[in-house]
Amino acid sequence: MDTPLDLLKLNLDEKVFVKLRGAREMTGVLQAFDSHCNIVLSNATETIYELVDGELKSSTKGSEMVFVRGDSVTLITTPSD
Amino acid sequence: MLFFSFFKTLVDQEVTVELKNDIELKGTLKSVDQFLNLKLDNISCSNESKYPHLSSVRNIFIRGSTVRYVYLNKNMVDTNLLQDAARREAMSARK
Repeated sequence: MDTPLDLLKLNLDEKVFVKLRGAREMTGVLQAFDSHCNIVLSNATETIYELVDGELKSSTKGSEMVFVRGDSVTLITTPSD
Repeated sequence: MLFFSFFKTLVDQEVTVELKNDIELKGTLKSVDQFLNLKLDNISCSNESKYPHLSSVRNIFIRGSTVRYVYLNKNMVDTNLLQDAARREAMSARK
């Protein structure tokens, strides 16, 4: 039987889009994950959305390798583009 | 157990930890446990002007649950080995 996490296995070594708590998103190549949704991404780009005086601002930050703790992760999917 | 083993391979290397309260600490990873609590040595705070209360601290214990990210260098990680370990972990987690 395939569990939801078994599907994540198919995304290893592929580019993924990760939505995080606190209006953050990250794209990168999935290198590892576990049952807590702890993940490691390579060539990652983080986008942070913020409201500044009622206007939506976004900032990005890149990193070559990053570990993301699972309790911040809300969803993992393939990127839309 | 995958990430516990993963972090054990990173001991004595320089990492940057971003906490959920936006504090960023760079330091040498000294130790890790099963909860992914971390011990860092010789830390510096990347955004010290914003958080001056950490400027005199050199050596710190971080509760795993407060970590948001751990930034690593590409050359610290064998990606093939890590992916294989993730596949094996996914297999064993089903039982």
